[in-house]
Amino acid sequence: MYKYKMSLTPEEVEILEGKQGEVLGKVMKTIVMYGDTFGASKLVPVTSNYGHLVTSFGLSMMKPVYELMDELIEANVVSKQNFTVDPRPLDFDNVPSNILQKTLFKIMYSKQKDYETQLEKMGLLSKDGFTCTCYMDEVGNIPKKGDVLSWAESSAVVYANSVLGARSNRNSGIIEMFGSILGKVPYFGLLTDEGRKADWIIDIQTDNLPEAQILGSAIGMKVMEDVPYIKNLSRHFDDELNESAKDYLKDMGAATASNGAVGLFHVENLTPEAKEFGDRLIGQNPKTYIVNDNELDRIKENYPIMWKDKDAKPKVCFIGCPHLSLDQLMRWTKDIEDELIKQRRKKVTVPTVLTSSPKVLEEFYKLPESKILNNIGVRTSYICPLMYMNNPLCGKMPVITNSNKLRTYTTSRYYTDGEIIEAITKEVF
Amino acid sequence: MKEFKGRVVVPGTAIAPALVSRDGFNTLASFQKSLMFNDKNATCSDQNNKDIYQKKMAGKALCLPQTIGSTTGGMVLFCASSLGRSPSCLLFSKSIDSLAAAGAILSDVWTENELPTIDNLGDEFLNYVKDDMTIEILEDGIVRIDEGQ
Repeated sequence: MYKYKMSLTPEEVEILEGKQGEVLGKVMKTIVMYGDTFGASKLVPVTSNYGHLVTSFGLSMMKPVYELMDELIEANVVSKQNFTVDPRPLDFDNVPSNILQKTLFKIMYSKQKDYETQLEKMGLLSKDGFTCTCYMDEVGNIPKKGDVLSWAESSAVVYANSVLGARSNRNSGIIEMFGSILGKVPYFGLLTDEGRKADWIIDIQTDNLPEAQILGSAIGMKVMEDVPYIKNLSRHFDDELNESAKDYLKDMGAATASNGAVGLFHVENLTPEAKEFGDRLIGQNPKTYIVNDNELDRIKENYPIMWKDKDAKPKVCFIGCPHLSLDQLMRWTKDIEDELIKQRRKKVTVPTVLTSSPKVLEEFYKLPESKILNNIGVRTSYICPLMYMNNPLCGKMPVITNSNKLRTYTTSRYYTDGEIIEAITKEVF
Repeated sequence: MKEFKGRVVVPGTAIAPALVSRDGFNTLASFQKSLMFNDKNATCSDQNNKDIYQKKMAGKALCLPQTIGSTTGGMVLFCASSLGRSPSCLLFSKSIDSLAAAGAILSDVWTENELPTIDNLGDEFLNYVKDDMTIEILEDGIVRIDEGQ
């Protein structure tokens, strides 16, 4: 038997020894080895109502994952909590793709249907539970402050930790599912008070509210996996964690997590723990990073352009990685419509897709803005744009986005929100 | 012959030629194409990694600081290992990150293929080792490097 280092209860030892089944024993061994690697002192209960899984795509290359899922399901080793999952990869009705791209998509994601059946057996919350922003009101997977989670999706982990005050490590796919199966996770890192202390002070010295996606990128690249404490940002939100602030922190956080490996940030006078503990959250001898307009310009100018023809006209524009909130969908609709009126155009000049969760889109479709958006030629979809770009034939296309996560992981080109509006409403190329 | 000592994350022994990534290793980006197109050599597809882009990873002693990128990284490493297309061992100069640890442990517990993993080998290790040097790792976290290639 594995010689564990952490403290385990008699029942946990029994599971580890395989006395409650060989497969459950292997799940426990994996989690205990994982915790031991990071000096975890014990296992603690997962307290959130729901889990969230990062692996949502039935890529044919992931055969070992499907075999593992079969092994778990056959042994009736399933999740103790229902869970939501990251977005689905395909939506031929709403996302532009030609015949060749569609053919390759069908080959790449040939296991999608089978995998979704496995997810249902494992504990999928609902058929509409596919989104990276499971914490939206419309979706309902909203952890409470202090809840212990077993999550992996990097943008959701950083949001839950920072904006909601829940506690999750930045786990890998499969590990997070094992935590939900056991109902327990190793106690280390961001689950502990000490692990949530800031290593960095980020001093925002810009006159205006910085672009969320560039600020997040700058912070992520500087602090990597450390915890930043951000000062002088909350004034732009009147120290109130309202819907606008939450949307901003969602996008900023996703950029910190993808451009670096940030799992938690604190914003002075804004995020729950910073409001409660203030400067006491800052660890000993923190490093300082001053962010001003010049620094943000430098960061943006250094993004590599991965297009073969740097002057190419964009073929697709993606807005919504992470998925947009209802407020964001409405704001983008208004901003695009207003600019088109100024330009005396009726429709956008670049095929544009706004992505959001199925549940948020369901609510959006009830609003007049959805008809406006449709009339100006903008599509909505529930997909993950990253999975679209993973198709090598799509990756070769000039795609623009306002997402720093999408830029980081694909060949897409980053534009600020304002540049995006300009690019999709004018013939600027 | 030079020796380094690290911490054993996943036990095992191996002898293999070195493959060195001096910057963070993006697991998903590196394995994506080889897994997608059934490339048994696991040719690295991460265009951003100038050290190992288009080099064969399968069967190599992968020397790296840490892994970076998507939190699917551990699952990708598990898939590569399960399909027999992973490096023969993972050697980290820094403390292992949670995604790589997940991949190495999942491989150890759920596959027949060994993926011995050692971390905390130090910056000197990564400064010293070069591609194709012969690496031998022992059970107790000792890493021997034969610069004779």
